[in-house]
Amino acid sequence: MTQSAPSTSAGFYGYSFSLVGVLAFAVILFWAVVALFAPHFAPYPVGKIVDMDYFGPMSAKLWLGSDYLGRDMLSRIIYGARYTLGIALAGVLIASSCGVILGMAAAVIGGWFDAALSRFMDAMISIPSKLFGLVVVAAVGSSLPSLILTLAFIYTPGSYRFARALAVNVNTMDFITVARIRGENTLYLAVSEILPNIIRPVLADFGIRFVFIVLLLSGLSFLGLGVQPPLADWGALVHENIQGLSFGSAAVIAPSIAIASLTISVNLLIDNLPRKIRDRSA
Amino acid sequence: MNSEIANMIAKRLVIAVITLLIVSFAVFFATSMLPGDTATILLGQSATPEAVAGLRQAMHLDDPAILRFLRWGGGFITGDLGKSYANDMPITTLIGGRFVNTMELAGITALISIPFALTLGITSAVMRGSVYDRIVTVLTIGVISVPEFMVASTAVLLFAVYLKWLPAISFVNEVHSLSDLLRMYAMPVVTLTFVVSAQIIRMTRAAVIETLSTPYVEMALLKGASRSRIVLRHALPNALGPIVNALALSLSYLIGGVIIIETIFNYPGIAKLMVDAVATRDLPLIQTCAVIFCAGYLILITIADIIAIISNPRLR
Repeated sequence: MTQSAPSTSAGFYGYSFSLVGVLAFAVILFWAVVALFAPHFAPYPVGKIVDMDYFGPMSAKLWLGSDYLGRDMLSRIIYGARYTLGIALAGVLIASSCGVILGMAAAVIGGWFDAALSRFMDAMISIPSKLFGLVVVAAVGSSLPSLILTLAFIYTPGSYRFARALAVNVNTMDFITVARIRGENTLYLAVSEILPNIIRPVLADFGIRFVFIVLLLSGLSFLGLGVQPPLADWGALVHENIQGLSFGSAAVIAPSIAIASLTISVNLLIDNLPRKIRDRSA
Repeated sequence: MNSEIANMIAKRLVIAVITLLIVSFAVFFATSMLPGDTATILLGQSATPEAVAGLRQAMHLDDPAILRFLRWGGGFITGDLGKSYANDMPITTLIGGRFVNTMELAGITALISIPFALTLGITSAVMRGSVYDRIVTVLTIGVISVPEFMVASTAVLLFAVYLKWLPAISFVNEVHSLSDLLRMYAMPVVTLTFVVSAQIIRMTRAAVIETLSTPYVEMALLKGASRSRIVLRHALPNALGPIVNALALSLSYLIGGVIIIETIFNYPGIAKLMVDAVATRDLPLIQTCAVIFCAGYLILITIADIIAIISNPRLR
């Protein structure tokens, strides 16, 4: 861990947050609000052709220009936020909860259950994620529910390994031995004794995994194998407007910047979390 | 001592083989157990039930999955990869030349990015906290946090649209001269180098920083050894294992990157072949490409582990 000197910090519940962390949080909040209230923000209906020209330039009427059919790019990005954030959030929620539950179970039960599960998860981790995504999408298609489950499935092993490593450490503590001697069952040990002790680093891991999922989802959509038309997430917006790249159209650049602003903000927020929250030994 | 090393290497190889088995099993089952009957897909919705049943029989689709897996695995080992559903060509023919193309792209990228990234990673770790280190760190985090296609499209915008140095779409079929060759590879290699280097720099930097904070490095410092001697004689030999590991892990990003970069630049490699196969649901082709990628990745990881074992000074 690098010992970074807090630049400007604001006190909050006894934690201090750096300025960069607060800015990053503001960007994430901005996109969350945009995704939630998309219909209120979008200046035009998402599928409506409003420009006679395709790949129109930025103007006062169309802030981000128009796409390859002449639809308003700003509205499409505002609606795209719903799919990118929604799918990634659903995916990471499933992946992290499965990973944490299995990881705690492996640590508490131990023995062959732990050995077999860990061997299997390690094998799954050794499949590069984008490749894994391609294989599963080929098999189950790319409807929204199957995309969410695919992304969750791909990132469960990583979350499992992280949670198991933490839980194994906690599992050797004296208070666990005491609880075992008291005769508590496995469920109680996992939920009441281990979970509260690993939850903070697990939440930081949740954020990092969210970034991975956003990147993989955008990558799949960019290949035309993720979110399918007429729906479009930010990756799919880049995919459909890629011809505009050769003349530097905003229709390609703007969705890319949207993705980057989200992923960089989440990374920065996690890097700037107070050490109390972020560290394993918390 | 030497038999210990041999034992560890043997154990590592066994683990690699087991992992490859589990992975190919997973790939096979993901693609063949899930919805959509292959015979119906091939013949279309209007096929008669008799025709579908006949094709199922001919393709052994009614056999238990484990038997089909064994047959497929056996074919893989003997070099019979089966036929593509989409155009009925043997998969060996489809993959052959493209495999060489992808290896060329990956090889050239590795040759450029490994020395480049190692230098940056090690120097920024040694000069930790300096302005140079901060610039390198911010740039690597920037590249890591954005999708590969964004790195690629930024490179196209910069080099092809604004500076007009390179063609945007890479592949020219006829290569007439050295400059044609350079132009063909330039854009994909530049983009991939960025993506892979960022990972290597980050991991190398972390590995070297960790080694530099060990007690024996502090001891060397107290003995009055020079800075370069501390880094080259004391820290690097011990950091070699983690660095090689970091390199192997980063090369998994090379695989992810290759998939995007071959598509965006229309480069005729196996990654592009695989993406097209996914679009047409050409299952045998997808399985083969996936296993080739996974095997390649596992080989790299295993080599890295073996180098780490051999280079560990404590085991000598």
